[in-house]
Amino acid sequence: MRVAILGAGVAGLACALEFARRAVDVVVLERAAEGSAPRPQQCSWFAGGMLAPWCERESCGERVALLGAEGLSWWQEHFPGTALRGTLVVAHARDTAELVQFARRTRNYRRVDAPAIAALEPQLAQRFAAGLYFPDEGHLDPRAACDVLRRRLRELGVTLSFGASPSSAQLSGRVLVDCTGLAARTTLGDLRGVKGEMLILRPREPLITRPVRVLHPRMPVYVVPRADGTCMVGATMIESDDTSVSARSVLELLSAAYAVHPAFGEAGLLEVGAAARPAFPDNQPRLRWRDGTLYVNGLYRHGFLLAPSLARRAVQAVLEGTYFPEVMDEDDPSPRQRRLA
Amino acid sequence: MLTVYGVELRSRLLLGTARYPSPAVLSAAVRASGAQVVTVALRRESGAERAGQSFWALIRDLGVRVLPNTAGCHTAREAVTTALMAREVFGTPWIKLEVIGEDDTLQPDVFGLVEAAATLVAQGFEVFPYTTEDLVVAERLLAAGCRVLMPWGAPIGSGRGLNNPHGLAALRAHFPEVPMIIDAGLGVPSHAARVMEMGFDAVLLNTAVAQAGDPVRMAAAFAQAVEAGQAARAAGPIEPRDLATPSTPLPGTAFRG
Repeated sequence: MRVAILGAGVAGLACALEFARRAVDVVVLERAAEGSAPRPQQCSWFAGGMLAPWCERESCGERVALLGAEGLSWWQEHFPGTALRGTLVVAHARDTAELVQFARRTRNYRRVDAPAIAALEPQLAQRFAAGLYFPDEGHLDPRAACDVLRRRLRELGVTLSFGASPSSAQLSGRVLVDCTGLAARTTLGDLRGVKGEMLILRPREPLITRPVRVLHPRMPVYVVPRADGTCMVGATMIESDDTSVSARSVLELLSAAYAVHPAFGEAGLLEVGAAARPAFPDNQPRLRWRDGTLYVNGLYRHGFLLAPSLARRAVQAVLEGTYFPEVMDEDDPSPRQRRLA
Repeated sequence: MLTVYGVELRSRLLLGTARYPSPAVLSAAVRASGAQVVTVALRRESGAERAGQSFWALIRDLGVRVLPNTAGCHTAREAVTTALMAREVFGTPWIKLEVIGEDDTLQPDVFGLVEAAATLVAQGFEVFPYTTEDLVVAERLLAAGCRVLMPWGAPIGSGRGLNNPHGLAALRAHFPEVPMIIDAGLGVPSHAARVMEMGFDAVLLNTAVAQAGDPVRMAAAFAQAVEAGQAARAAGPIEPRDLATPSTPLPGTAFRG
């Protein structure tokens, strides 16, 4: 069997790697140029890169947590820059009710008081009285991770084609695995865009060593440190597929970073960005067969977290016709059923 | 039936549409609540742009009446501009008018509120003002042409219930004919039942449902509470008293132990 992956975001790259590891003849076709010039809809470029299945359980439930937990070891295996330093969740004194609620809906954490927070993140000493520490979570730099995946694919002999729409010659005789995100909306009518705005700051000195989430009744914000000394601050969630960045969102994200540590006020503002994340109405990811193409979509704000577990399932769905109830619709026919029909 | 601006509503529960875990949960919660009116914040949901179409389509598919709101506006002028945009986008003269005066409590700026209400009524809007329990402000809002009042229970999203039940009872008693919808601050269904028992006409909820562990079940629970409170009010509760009155008259009992 020969396979063509459409889209070289994290979902497409992870799928390609899983196929290549099974010695399947696979190519990756991406309309956008390679590297640093993203299309507006290229979510992977603007991602936070948090591998936080247990924290995400708060809003996205058990399924995303379990699928995401599978992804941690995959990233450790394939991207050496994957950091496993856990996540620190804090709230300001007036928002401790948020912390109680967050704790109720998540697991695999331990409660931390001011001294424990100071031990984890010395720069945050005295800033927060209470928090939750999720020791088993990780984070990575999404751009560096995609670079490494592309390099690895080329080492395995996979052709990656950038900057052009796929030609029919490139597609013929191949099973298509569509990882194009929101661009697949013409076929997947229930897909919608949820805008996420983000910033990249360069503080004058390192302030944090692991992702820090600040709970706030109106807007949960996270700050993710990266190996190059920058920090990503994200992300808004706005029901829109527009990708402009509003002044108000920047103001809110900056305020949140400043609330984590006032030294963020002295940081350089390197970048503001936004992407429209593809989501289904229940915000859960899907593998979905349509006319012989397998769509891997709806990864929403969990692209890096969920890409490995979906990629593994996509490979089995294509090669063995496996039906995965946790990520497939009830009425989705397996390839075998479709062949019989 | 509750009649607001000439529209008859069977359900006395109105639901906000923000902060649900997903649009699918939002739809299911609205259905479970039986709400016939949902509020939508124009500002954050980008309803004005083509970009927000999916979310707007989802709201439209719910088949309920939309009450656009001016959430997040801090001045009368801002609220008026937002209301005009909302009328354009949602095609309704209804507007839930919020003019926020203070960021920690999100309490209404009642001066800006009255000003914006007068401006909007003059432009043909049917205004649902988010206000406090203040009688004088209520008077001014009615004088400005509001035919419905939406006094707060407690600060938005606080889940406290009624911070000032006596003030709210006084407001209710002072304007017995004005439809009043308690908006903001409720946390659990017993709060809603109490509101209805006090004679208010309806409740508007958002956070209490959207942020509940299971929003759909919570929506249904609130619907039952609103119905129970409403029925209890209509049924005529007994007057509380300090000493016991036996529920079985003593002379009729067979034995006295």
